[in-house]
Amino acid sequence: MSSTDTPTEETPTEEAATDSAREAMLEQLSGELGDALVGSHLEPGIDLTVRVTAAAWADTAAFLKTGMGFAYFNFLSAIDWMPSPFGRDMDSQVDITLEGTEAKPAEEMTWGLAGGETRFQVFARVNDIVKHRAVTIKADVPEDSLTVPSWVGAYAGSNWHEREAWEMFGINFEGHPGLRHIYLPGEFEGNPLRKDYPLLARRVKPWPGIVDVEAMPGDDDETDSAEAAAGDASTDPADAGSQQ
Amino acid sequence: MTDITDRQQLKYIAAQAADARVNLELETEGMTLNIGPQHPATHGTLRIVAKLDGEQVIAADPVMGYMHRGYEKLTEVRTYPQVTTLINRIDWLGSFANEVPFILAAEQLMEVEAPPRAQWIRTILFEMSRIANVVLFLGDMAVQVGAVTPVFFAFRDREHILNQIEAVTGGRFHPNFDRIGGLKDDLPAGWVAETKQVMKKMRAFCDEIETLVMGNEIFQARTRGIGVIPADVGLQYGLSGANIRASGVDWDVRRDNPCGLAYDQVDWKVWTHPDGDSFSRFWVRLQETREATKIVDQLLDTIPAGPVMAKVPRIIKVPAGEAYVETENPLGVMGYYVVSKGDLVPYRVKIRSASFNNMSISPWLLKGVYVPDIITILASLYFILGDIDR
Repeated sequence: MSSTDTPTEETPTEEAATDSAREAMLEQLSGELGDALVGSHLEPGIDLTVRVTAAAWADTAAFLKTGMGFAYFNFLSAIDWMPSPFGRDMDSQVDITLEGTEAKPAEEMTWGLAGGETRFQVFARVNDIVKHRAVTIKADVPEDSLTVPSWVGAYAGSNWHEREAWEMFGINFEGHPGLRHIYLPGEFEGNPLRKDYPLLARRVKPWPGIVDVEAMPGDDDETDSAEAAAGDASTDPADAGSQQ
Repeated sequence: MTDITDRQQLKYIAAQAADARVNLELETEGMTLNIGPQHPATHGTLRIVAKLDGEQVIAADPVMGYMHRGYEKLTEVRTYPQVTTLINRIDWLGSFANEVPFILAAEQLMEVEAPPRAQWIRTILFEMSRIANVVLFLGDMAVQVGAVTPVFFAFRDREHILNQIEAVTGGRFHPNFDRIGGLKDDLPAGWVAETKQVMKKMRAFCDEIETLVMGNEIFQARTRGIGVIPADVGLQYGLSGANIRASGVDWDVRRDNPCGLAYDQVDWKVWTHPDGDSFSRFWVRLQETREATKIVDQLLDTIPAGPVMAKVPRIIKVPAGEAYVETENPLGVMGYYVVSKGDLVPYRVKIRSASFNNMSISPWLLKGVYVPDIITILASLYFILGDIDR
């Protein structure tokens, strides 16, 4: 898409054709939400992502459902944007050497599509199955209260998704009929999907990582195969000898 | 006040008295019934705590997590090619179909497209894993209403499909065959002709089930009008696949957004049913299985020649960005929201699995039904525990 080789005459018309539907969606949303819409990202022909304020999180759902025909609730979840304090520590040592970098300390926070300001973001996706369109909605979760309004009023199906996000990230949903554990036992402490929650299996035993990179079909250049053949010829007898 | 005739008044008093007598004789008391976690109808380990009033369910609360494996956390410490090994185990009856949306999402971020031959073979294997998966449902649903024979037919005929999948991928249940940029390998010699024979056998199986089960009086009595899901409720809960199409919603990701797969090259039909009950969910799945064999047949005829792998770097680093790709899996819509920060490993993967949404309607759906119907309703929703718990 972004390659410079493609003729410049073709790309604008193509993008304009696929864009217009999503642009209209974005316009309608920003017209309704006004200042509450704080960020957006439009990937022509692929997807639309919109970021709203936490206060407008539930109102956006209600408007999408009743005002714009997004009757289908797809999913709701959250992201923790804080880089893991364990850095690349949990990766295998082989992968780190491939990258040529040491295990590095936590970097600064960076955000994905449509930007962000806080450590946690909730995001959800709804579909309009009549016009075959979909939109991803994000919202920053206030750092002090970690609370956003619940979507259960608009989409009843978000009940279990919010329970999961509460359990995995510790985000509260105001107005939810009963936030309780969904997967983990009731006495479980901590929020496993937060980046600062260590994965104990990796702390105890290092992971082997990419030790065996598979050759791609059609990737065997003549030089490669010649080298491999020479290598085989020279090492095979020695290997056989050592094994015996 | 409108005047009430004596006749009406007498009738009313008689009804009141009859009710009082029943309540006196059959005093019903609240009771909590625990179903599972080990129960044949749960396809794994699901537990349902049902509060009963007599034979009627007042409230049902599914308890999950007996099989929670934390895949979303584990993907954050695995490289992209390693992730497919994990996600094979989400829906273990149609494993290949789990890999496809994740690979497509990674390809979207890398701006790589699989060669046409790879897209064709992907679609063929995708539909074959659908058949392998749904065939078991068709047998199992009959078991839940008391007919044991069909499930043996299902296991017998599923073997043909698994043999074909094994011939290509080397694995019966967990192929791990899809790669970023294409497929691990090409089809073996003679596979196309063999698969066509298998598709004939699967169509014969569908006919067999249709005559054996669907016309059966007991089966109809147990499923017709039981567990009705209205379309608008189904949409709110995010139901997908045959569950929502059985409520009359004409929506299929294969037709409406066939990104990266060859569905738009084939002549096929999306089946819907207006009733929304257990029977129609069974009916839609049966038609879809038959339709899948037709899709496979047509694709086998038109496989283009060429490589099965695009040029991709040996060490796969996915550029920073976010992508969501969903496909119509055997159990319903499955999608992966992949967040990348330009690393060897994904930053976050949200797995949107079909059964999680499909089951989330169960507290609503099971309210007010009778105890024996719990089993048929759950069976007709068709979930795999690995797909709920992830």
